[in-house]
Amino acid sequence: MANLTINEKAFTLDVEPDTPLLWAIRENAGLTGTKYGCGIAQCGACTVHIDGVATRSCGVSVSEAVGKKITTIEGLASGKSLHKVQEAWIAQDVPQCGYCQSGMIMAVAALLNEKPKPTDADIDEAITNICRCGTFQQVREAIHTIASA
Amino acid sequence: MNQHVSPRLNRRAFVIGTAAVGAGLAIGLDIPFGGPAVVRAADGSPEIGAWVVVRPDDTVVIRIARSEMGQGSLTGLAQLVAEELECDWSKVSTEYPTPGQSVARKRVWGDFSTGGSRGIRSSQDYVRKGGATARVMLIQAAAETWKVPASECTAANSVITHTPSGKTTTYGKVAEAAAKLTPPADVKLKDPKDWKLIGKGVKRLDTAEKTTGTMIYGIDVKLPSMLNAAIKDCPVFGGKVKSFDEAKIAGMKGVKKIVKVGDTAVAVVADTWWHAKTALEALPIVWDEGDNAKVSSESIAKWLAEGLDNAQPAYVGNKNGDAKAAIATAAKKVEAVYSYPYQNHATMEPMNATALYTADKCEVWCGTQNGEAVFAAVLEASGLPAEKCDVYKVMPGGGFGRRGQTDYVRQAVIIAKEMPGTPIKLLWSREEDMAHGKYHPITQCKMTGAFDADNNLIALHYRLSGQSILFSLRPEALQNGMDPAAFQGVAQTGEAAFGYSVPNLLVEHAMRNPHVPPGFWRGVNVNHNAIYMECFMDELAQAAGQDPLEFRRKLMGNHPKHLAVLNAVAEKIGWSTPAPQGVYRGIAQVMGYGSYVAGAAEISVTDGNKIKVLRIVASTDPGYVVNPAQVERQIAGSFVYGLSALFYGGCTVKDGKIEQTNFDTYNSMRINEMPKVESVMVPSGGFWGGVGEPTIGVAAPAVLNAYFAATGKRIRSVPLRDQNITFA
Repeated sequence: MANLTINEKAFTLDVEPDTPLLWAIRENAGLTGTKYGCGIAQCGACTVHIDGVATRSCGVSVSEAVGKKITTIEGLASGKSLHKVQEAWIAQDVPQCGYCQSGMIMAVAALLNEKPKPTDADIDEAITNICRCGTFQQVREAIHTIASA
Repeated sequence: MNQHVSPRLNRRAFVIGTAAVGAGLAIGLDIPFGGPAVVRAADGSPEIGAWVVVRPDDTVVIRIARSEMGQGSLTGLAQLVAEELECDWSKVSTEYPTPGQSVARKRVWGDFSTGGSRGIRSSQDYVRKGGATARVMLIQAAAETWKVPASECTAANSVITHTPSGKTTTYGKVAEAAAKLTPPADVKLKDPKDWKLIGKGVKRLDTAEKTTGTMIYGIDVKLPSMLNAAIKDCPVFGGKVKSFDEAKIAGMKGVKKIVKVGDTAVAVVADTWWHAKTALEALPIVWDEGDNAKVSSESIAKWLAEGLDNAQPAYVGNKNGDAKAAIATAAKKVEAVYSYPYQNHATMEPMNATALYTADKCEVWCGTQNGEAVFAAVLEASGLPAEKCDVYKVMPGGGFGRRGQTDYVRQAVIIAKEMPGTPIKLLWSREEDMAHGKYHPITQCKMTGAFDADNNLIALHYRLSGQSILFSLRPEALQNGMDPAAFQGVAQTGEAAFGYSVPNLLVEHAMRNPHVPPGFWRGVNVNHNAIYMECFMDELAQAAGQDPLEFRRKLMGNHPKHLAVLNAVAEKIGWSTPAPQGVYRGIAQVMGYGSYVAGAAEISVTDGNKIKVLRIVASTDPGYVVNPAQVERQIAGSFVYGLSALFYGGCTVKDGKIEQTNFDTYNSMRINEMPKVESVMVPSGGFWGGVGEPTIGVAAPAVLNAYFAATGKRIRSVPLRDQNITFA
């Protein structure tokens, strides 16, 4: 059993402590917006915020996440109003297949929290998610649009 | 008064309720006395022909048979229907019919397969007619209500107007009456110059859910009492399961069942996938690897190299004059050997499918590029007839050709058959996905060019050796043993025709089929053929002492459409003016999937081996552009896929197995490596070409030719990773 706080909600989950947080989120908490892509923290599809820091949840065990504030893509919006990254993604039609975009959006939201007006170099350094469809051009444009708003 | 003859199909769609994953259509059928049947959607709204449902509130549902996998075809196809329907675009939504429903209605929605960049081009005619038919019926219904000739009425934005009187009504108000009319036998489509919606870069219809985590992909499907399965297939292709020690994992947490899947694989079924995967990794499996365990990349390369020898048999794919004779007596000749490796699709979402088998029904939920192929696989694997099976398509996390195959669906059904009544979600690990792809085929190519004394190219011999996709996946499509698709981009005629005129030409293929299963990988045979031909074209230009662009132009006089896109990129990148200091350019062109494309790259190179791709210009003539915003994204995306394969891709074989296991050994480009891609669309009209694939063909050769311009070194094999060349 593990007590986790996900999207400001308390979950008591029947998982072993060494279960990757990704799978506890997806299978035990039932929040499937966070995606599995590689399981070895390479691709970023499983990115969530842990205490505000963009983190690849496949590489974090449940025991390491206890007592921390976990935010998934489902918890990014405040009530019915979307997060500015989500709004920009819709306005710029960023996603193609969309599978990597939960992780991409979480990574971008964390970057903008830290640096509201990131340079191209900041983006290059902070956004290391894989997108096989190749949406990078739209991702970059959308980040700059948010930053200049 | 209507007689309701058929209850709602797909009751399971309603059982799932709020999840509503891949529900298909819920259809009722009304047969009114003395009139044609009215087919109704789930909410009771009538179909106006199979492609269109109009609701009383004027909202319109457009049926889409092809699969959306990120390429934007769902939106483009809806635009095609809506253009002719003259409906209010802001009130359009879409839905997928299921393959089972289509079969039950004599394939009223046509082909479901979504590969070969066919989504739009192969269905544009009948989907536009579907929209036009509905418009004619809606206008007719309004005219009959008003007792005026239909010819005096027009429709726009879902409003029908009787021009002489100025009376108006809306589609929603006349839909019921329209649905009871006999559809017109023939409809006239609009002249392209009158298009209002086709050609506009309208927003995609499926974006919002992809930003909130609510889009349901195959991996997200949830059914009541569902269990999860992880699978391991013999890592040596063609090998079998000898034995496995079930007792070792029987007591592990969550494990429900261990299933041998066919002769080659073992699956563990558990409460969660994490438990299934953990137990599978702990399960001792002994494989009978067979003779293929002796195969390596080196043994494959040696076998392919033998095929480059002219004494070996080969299929001739394109020929004029006598290339061998002209080469033998030429004033000068140039020869080079190139190679291209296996590539894995590496879709972001690994393969998966959910199956529910009961004694009288088998249903599958999955992302697929070919709903009908999945349907056929379900029938075969379940042993049940068509009326007892169905497939519910959900969003695939990438396709790129991989999800046109049905291996993962068969496995899911076989496992589900072992546990009747329990839905089973089978998910491959990334490692399984890397080990059991349907790989881009492996080839080598020897090219020989010959010049006369005035440096005119008089002969070209293009000798390909290597794997045929059709041999493995569609042997019925071979022509007397020859794979016609092997010549994509260098074919004499057709949708992938060669763009140069050479007086003596010989293009041939020595087929060599290693045991690694090949598949259709974005761009397919265009990828290597374009690298070989376009890099060698640069070598020929160099040998002739001519500019690579000018050299090509002289050979392209009889190929004006090929030339037009090449000229378009040359102009946009500024070929006629020198590149900035330290910046080098490369150029390439090819035809594929019915479209003419060209690309140019600007790069810089540090220390001879660190490449920064600064700028890409890509041009396409697909005949018509339905949604320029989406075409632009497909072009940019094709460069990411193509350059990832060039720099980081390549699957190697050791002891009969693929060596790469995950994104750490099979990397993919990131945002910091992404060049700026500028698209130039030059649709010339009169034909319909594809968009998703063609431009990938010019990605690698444009960069490789720029690398030569920068360093004077030719790169003749892929990936660059293996040659210590990286992104800067």
